[in-house]
Amino acid sequence: MSNTLTASGPAKPAVDFDWKPLLLVPVLALLVLPVIGSPSTWLTLTVAGLAMGMIIFVIASGLTLVFGLMDVLNFGHGVFIALGAFVATTILGVMPGWTASPELWRNLIAVFAAMLVAMAVAGAVGLAFERVLVRPVYGQHLKQILITMGGMIIGEELIKVIWGPQQIPLMLPEGLRGAVIVGDAAIEKFRLLAVLMGGLVFVALAWVLTRTKIGLLIRAGVENSEMVESLGYRIRRLFVAVFVVGSALAGLGGVMWGLYQQTVIPQMGAQVNILIFIVIIIGGLGSTGGALIGALLVGLMANYTGFLAPKVALFSNIALMVAILLWRPRGIYPVANR
Amino acid sequence: MTLNRLLSNDLPRSKLLTAVLLTLFLLLALAPFIAPGVNALSVAAKALIFIVLVASFDLLLGYTGIVSFAHTMFFGIGAYGVAIACSRWDATWLSLGLGIVTALILSLLLALAIGLFSLRVRAIFFAMITLAIASAFQTLASQLSEITGGEDGLNFRLPDMLASGYMYLEQPIFGVSISGRFLTYYILFFAALAMVLALLRIVNSPFGRVLQAIRENEFRAEAIGYRVVVYRTISSVLSALFATMAGVMLALWLRYNGPDTSLSFEIMLDVLLIVVIGGMGTIYGSVIGAVLFVIAQSYLQDLLKLGSDAASGLPWLAALLSPDRWLLWLGVLFVLSVYYFPTGIVGRLRNRAAKL
Amino acid sequence: MSGPLLTLAGVHTHIGAYHILHGVDMAVPRGQLTMLLGRNGAGKTTTLRTIMGLWRASAGMVTFDGQDITQFATPQIARLKVAYVPENMGIFADLTVKENMLLAATKASHARDIDGQRLNWIFGLFPAVEKFWDYPAGKLSGGQKQMLAVARAIVEPRELLIVDEPSKGLAPSIINNMIDAFSQLKAGGVTILLVEQNINFAKRLGDHVAVMDNGRVVHRGSMAAFAEDDALQQSLMGLTL
Repeated sequence: MSNTLTASGPAKPAVDFDWKPLLLVPVLALLVLPVIGSPSTWLTLTVAGLAMGMIIFVIASGLTLVFGLMDVLNFGHGVFIALGAFVATTILGVMPGWTASPELWRNLIAVFAAMLVAMAVAGAVGLAFERVLVRPVYGQHLKQILITMGGMIIGEELIKVIWGPQQIPLMLPEGLRGAVIVGDAAIEKFRLLAVLMGGLVFVALAWVLTRTKIGLLIRAGVENSEMVESLGYRIRRLFVAVFVVGSALAGLGGVMWGLYQQTVIPQMGAQVNILIFIVIIIGGLGSTGGALIGALLVGLMANYTGFLAPKVALFSNIALMVAILLWRPRGIYPVANR
Repeated sequence: MTLNRLLSNDLPRSKLLTAVLLTLFLLLALAPFIAPGVNALSVAAKALIFIVLVASFDLLLGYTGIVSFAHTMFFGIGAYGVAIACSRWDATWLSLGLGIVTALILSLLLALAIGLFSLRVRAIFFAMITLAIASAFQTLASQLSEITGGEDGLNFRLPDMLASGYMYLEQPIFGVSISGRFLTYYILFFAALAMVLALLRIVNSPFGRVLQAIRENEFRAEAIGYRVVVYRTISSVLSALFATMAGVMLALWLRYNGPDTSLSFEIMLDVLLIVVIGGMGTIYGSVIGAVLFVIAQSYLQDLLKLGSDAASGLPWLAALLSPDRWLLWLGVLFVLSVYYFPTGIVGRLRNRAAKL
Repeated sequence: MSGPLLTLAGVHTHIGAYHILHGVDMAVPRGQLTMLLGRNGAGKTTTLRTIMGLWRASAGMVTFDGQDITQFATPQIARLKVAYVPENMGIFADLTVKENMLLAATKASHARDIDGQRLNWIFGLFPAVEKFWDYPAGKLSGGQKQMLAVARAIVEPRELLIVDEPSKGLAPSIINNMIDAFSQLKAGGVTILLVEQNINFAKRLGDHVAVMDNGRVVHRGSMAAFAEDDALQQSLMGLTL
């Protein structure tokens, strides 16, 4: 080990942060600027990409922790996205007075109410999902993939039973519609809100993971769950908690995604799921920081290619993943022991 | 024994299983005579296509122990290969052949690239990466409408000798007219038979044994000296090539191809379900599962409709039983099979026979 | 109670298809230090993991303090004040030294809640732990990690301390640290079970010895007698001594 500390070394923490991946996002954004040409279009696309990236991060963070902690690959994560979005249509639907109100604070309360209920419902369904589907297949990757995929189909079909199979509009409340004009660029208000919300979720997650004992346990469990058990903690309880929180976050992300797209369809979970997988592979399975960078990259890439070459939008993200994995085969921030 | 050699010494090992397989074999071999109606013959042809598609998937899932969600992509490549070649060029045997060869080469390269890339990085990535690639491919196929016909797909003509209007004999035999359609069915039948026998040969070869050793214990296989990545990649390439041929069979039968016909994720789910129900890691299971499934698919939806109508007093129950929600019940069946029926039909039958 | 703190009676353990332990019988007397010796592959680590519930015994019984713990889950066993340091030390490399210590203190939710007096005593035993308190544990050297691993195991009072190869790859000066630490712990009434390959380390510390071969305990006795009997060592442990 070359960077081992010697006994004579300074007794101050070495700031030895792996900063290179942080450059990826600005580098990508700046590289496409000349390709796009118009700075105002670029700004609009970049904000849209960051907003989309933040939403994807909110969804992916839970999945990556679930994988890291218990080595459980949940193909059914997408169901909670769709569930959250559909719950939001119902909640906003019963609050017409609040969504149509010209007062912004009423609009925001309506949106937050929809988010909270969506998170609660997604979390509760997540608890059941873990009990019924995931728990019996711990440690069996093949069956996990099959079972959770089955769960995804069942969930999607049940959403169709409850809300119908068709696309439903999810309108933004009055005050959140429209755009802010920055120079020549139009930036939709909701995108700014999405960036803000995603940032809040990241800060909250980072705070929990680094400043609380539960967070330490999660990080330690991702690295070596056996040792956490040997220290006297029940990793399964922790895992269930993370699974529920992860599902709730997916529900929240679903609401944001629905508002971002302004429509929801039952298949949205499966569609977003694919982006999420790319994100957690890019980020390094189990790494929250990696998931954030991966999500922002995917969000930007999707918006840039959506503008430049819409037909290959999904392939561009696959190409991005390939490039990252060629650079770091275990993702941006590989987690030890994984 | 010749039969033994033909089956690569992998006998059914259960009397009931043997009987079922023989019955299916005879049913499919004589389908044009037993069920000459257009619909019934299409069900039989679809069964043949699914047998190949599912058996090739089982090579991957059951024998190698890796999950791919891109199997329908290769199925689609086969179907599109024929469709594009025969719709752009004249309906000759040459265009047909060129279409098939191009499709096989494309599948080979794609499977090789995906396998070498994702299996080298981490086996667990394979399922996720194939899901992403398959989805991107499906989007691409529906968007490149100049080549693929987009969402509408492609209708095309095949060489005249395969047309239903082309008569080989003036008089029908046993009431069945010996037409191009008749010939097509038997091309499908013998292609399926040959490919199932080939797959049996593969899984029972030394190569197949190594695949199973990898499935059981990857680290041990690697420690003994097998290059796990190489074996997995070869397995996924072979599986892709057989799936491509299944796609070719589909195009030959339908003379049409579109994204929903060969690329949709629903087909992928069907394949997964059939493998699990038939019995993972048994080629025979794919055969039985495919036939059962195709029959069930054709008639279960009617059954659901009956149930839904009967439950019209209870709107939520009626909604659950609606034939549109057939995927729901498929999903439930799938989850239950993975839990309670992991060895599938063939596993059960063989266990029973072993106990007797 | 004055019987042994930990006993294994006829313990069999399977790992997958492999039968590793073929009926292990041993006892770890209270307040003393027991050395578990044996060739590579004799089943020492599997024995420790079976005691901790990380592998489940397929037959036989593990008793701790008169209680049958054979079917206990690992966290339950740990909460009986049993601390385990695995062979790879189980350090959380992404966490700081402080965070590693905090996790082992089950009752503390912040570093400041850890018993200060005890912590100072640990700092005295292992100065590196104090010196690199805020460093990522992954940056420590092998010896420093081993010290952290043992320090972490004793951050709260323990009944039984189980350590897999504490001397592995350590410089002689650090080995002396370790010996000092184990002696002080023993003096404080902690029962200790160590797996060792290094016979000199074992001789300086052990009260009792159990030697394993082929998944069984083939010799039990006092360390002093074992240390003097070269022929017995030779026959039981081969050329490694």
